[in-house]
Amino acid sequence: MSDTNVISAGAHGADASSRYYVTEHHPEQGTLLGFWLYLMSDCLIFACLFATYAVLGRNYAGGPSGAEIFDLPLVAVNTAFLLLSSITYGFAMLAAQRKAVGSVQLWLAITGVLGACFLGLELYEFQHLIHEGFGPWRSGFLTAFFSLVGTHGLHVTFGIVWLVTLMVQVGKHGVNAANYRRLSCLSMFWHFLDVIWIGVFTYVYLMGTLP
Amino acid sequence: MSAPHQHGHHGHAHGGHDAAHGHVDHDDHMEAHGSLKEYAIGFVLSVILTAIPFWMVMTHQLAPEMTKFVILGFAAVQVIVHMVYFLHMNAKSEGGWNMMALLLTAVLLFIILSGSIWVMYHMNANMMPNMLNDSGAVHGMHDMQ
Repeated sequence: MSDTNVISAGAHGADASSRYYVTEHHPEQGTLLGFWLYLMSDCLIFACLFATYAVLGRNYAGGPSGAEIFDLPLVAVNTAFLLLSSITYGFAMLAAQRKAVGSVQLWLAITGVLGACFLGLELYEFQHLIHEGFGPWRSGFLTAFFSLVGTHGLHVTFGIVWLVTLMVQVGKHGVNAANYRRLSCLSMFWHFLDVIWIGVFTYVYLMGTLP
Repeated sequence: MSAPHQHGHHGHAHGGHDAAHGHVDHDDHMEAHGSLKEYAIGFVLSVILTAIPFWMVMTHQLAPEMTKFVILGFAAVQVIVHMVYFLHMNAKSEGGWNMMALLLTAVLLFIILSGSIWVMYHMNANMMPNMLNDSGAVHGMHDMQ
């Protein structure tokens, strides 16, 4: 079996994909595994921030509690933006499988707009809190809150930058193998941010408003 | 020309392996990531799994302690739904290495989160009482002034 594959790999010459059939357990695309490992390391950063919030989340230092400052309808709308952006990115990936360039760009644009709406609402919340005098310096709870939610927001910001970059790339070169790989990486990144947000809205916002 | 032959041979050699892959087909370098059906199922499930916790907390359906456990349960299920339907995680992706990395991360997450909470809980439980009394006394005096 492996003999045949080696021979056919030789016949193919520079065709990279044929080499991957030589051994059974070799990953099909090393890039995606590498990117997954990056996401796992990112996951550990968020775990540390969640642990910090778990430890400091009730240290109000005479400042406001979560129940007093969290606006749950606003958070629900924000969560809806992020969830919708997840499925619109899914549509972009489905379009990429069909190599439909215009469709990919359209869905990426919609995803980016939804991400920007999410960021806009988050910045409005931050600005409102700071304006009220409840900035990250006010209490341990607020320090942990701004660190965790802010880090997530920063990730979404970079996700949008990456998304716009890929819209340009796809426009220039079409959905070739390299661009499809890039789209797959951003797909993981974007859905991963959604997973982190599940932890944030559940643990920080919903449980924070409970006594 | 020889590529289809090679694919065929590959499929033949690992018949069981490919059968386990199901509908995932290898189109050149472009491995299919999800289908419309998968994304739709994932989306509907996550909408339900998000709406219920928000509704429970905003309308005070249960006692707070009970609500905490229930919404944490919903979050755990939703994380798995996202992993399966959006991130396309399964034991076979990337030759099983994705799952290995995920398991290692899960172990580290458990150590970081449970360790921090456990240590800090005991710090509070064992060391705070004296300090609380002190600061309580100071606060009391402060209030009287």
